[in-house]
Amino acid sequence: MSAAVTPTELLIGSIARLLAGVRHVAVGASSPIPGAAALLTRALSEGSAAGATRVSVLGSRRHNAFTNGGVELFDLAAQGRIDAFFLGGGQIDGDANINLVGTDGYPQGGVRWPGSFGSAYLYHLVPRVILFREEHTRRVFVPRVDFISAAGPRDDRVYRPGGPHAMLTGLCLFDFDKLRRRFVLLSVHPGHSLEEVRDQTGFDFDVAEQVTQTAAPDATALVLMRGRVLNEIGETYPNFAQLWRATLPVPATA
Amino acid sequence: MSVVNNLVDIRALAALVPDGAKLVVAKDESGVAMAATRELVRRGVRNLHLVTVPVSGLQADVLIGAGCVATVESSGITLSEFGTGPCFTRAIKAGSIRMKDATCPAIYAGLQAAQKGLPFMPLRGIIGSDLLKHRDDWRVIDNPFGTDDKIVAIAAIGPDVALFHAPLADRFGNVFIGRQRELMLLAHASRKTLVTVEQVVEGNLLDDDARSGATIPALYIEAIAHAPKGMWPLGYGDAYPIDAAWMRAYVQMARTAEGFESVVAQWLAGDGALKPLVGAGLGELAGAAA
Repeated sequence: MSAAVTPTELLIGSIARLLAGVRHVAVGASSPIPGAAALLTRALSEGSAAGATRVSVLGSRRHNAFTNGGVELFDLAAQGRIDAFFLGGGQIDGDANINLVGTDGYPQGGVRWPGSFGSAYLYHLVPRVILFREEHTRRVFVPRVDFISAAGPRDDRVYRPGGPHAMLTGLCLFDFDKLRRRFVLLSVHPGHSLEEVRDQTGFDFDVAEQVTQTAAPDATALVLMRGRVLNEIGETYPNFAQLWRATLPVPATA
Repeated sequence: MSVVNNLVDIRALAALVPDGAKLVVAKDESGVAMAATRELVRRGVRNLHLVTVPVSGLQADVLIGAGCVATVESSGITLSEFGTGPCFTRAIKAGSIRMKDATCPAIYAGLQAAQKGLPFMPLRGIIGSDLLKHRDDWRVIDNPFGTDDKIVAIAAIGPDVALFHAPLADRFGNVFIGRQRELMLLAHASRKTLVTVEQVVEGNLLDDDARSGATIPALYIEAIAHAPKGMWPLGYGDAYPIDAAWMRAYVQMARTAEGFESVVAQWLAGDGALKPLVGAGLGELAGAAA
């Protein structure tokens, strides 16, 4: 277990730390890294006094206990039974609005993305929404999104027990200050710098008094990640698991 | 209960989808009637209002590419790990389809309203999203039981036809859906329901307590077609995997209208692998696949 921690493993470990203590985390479509992080959180929480974290991975047969169809996730969220979820965005702005529809005008714009999925709803209802987007560039992190799929928190007196909790990218980790409604840079990943984050971010953000280097997962997390979690996530994301496995040190026994 | 003669062949099933129908289909994990979709394309169905529950992939993309669709009502069209839907993207840019962008729970809510015979279903969230600006069938209303509490009313989605794939049917017209519970919602909300199944079993599914709770009774089902591997090239649970080579070839070829035409010709000709377009004439390729 001496191989260096890969960027993917750093992201998985970082998300798992953001999920510490949640009772139930759900993972949406096309989300292998959040899925692996949720499964790691479960593995780490087993045997704890609070009990194991419940994980619902959409698209999985083994790690999803829903029996009432796709609507069940949304019903659970509205009841407060989902503590954490993940959203990404083709564009994300400094007010934490996210855009999953497309750029430059609607409906016929520049780039068209698949669509908003459950974002417009879950963003309001899940307390710990973790924004996750690996690509950290000015085309993603824009001053103002071209289309609001899901609105960030605002003074609209709308029922909104949920909202953004943190944002993890390929460069860094931001906290989201709910009172000031600003992203706050907490840590920068190894090999990257605050200047790089500023250069690649199209909106203003605050910077914590002490910006640290994003911590690598500890030995326990790394062993679980590369063994059990890799196997579990491989059921839903076989290609992702195969690519990840190829980065691992050659095991002593085949 | 008498035997219901609603087992038809797959072309007859596809013929029950009229031009201009509001057609509701399921997401890949729930059960997509791809073999029946091929018959819809062969027939050249037109002007569909396609409602995806809540998202779709290959099925929506080929129907759009083949010119079968006037309106798409969806929360997402994607071929997931294989990429974006090339025909969908092209149609949006060309303005050749009307897009009703949705969010997943709103599609479920619209169907639930229809299922209950209600004009609308209220739903949390959404307010602040630009989706609302483009949906005259979603309205912000005051919660009549609260004070200063806005909530979104989602108009009922009443489909003319539901079309999906399921594991089993019996000869009494009942369809077993297992854990894919949302197929029940599609059937309950729609005026008529068409189903393709992997297998037709003897006996009555409703007589088996282990199965009856996950069975759509015949009263909702207009017609059933026996279509083994009816989700190909998509995969179906543990029964068969997605045909990844076909999907990769599709994504490559469907990037151009000419390539997509070749895909359709080969797909209509049979279940073989897609041969890429390499400067060959379309007729030659279609001939080779047949």
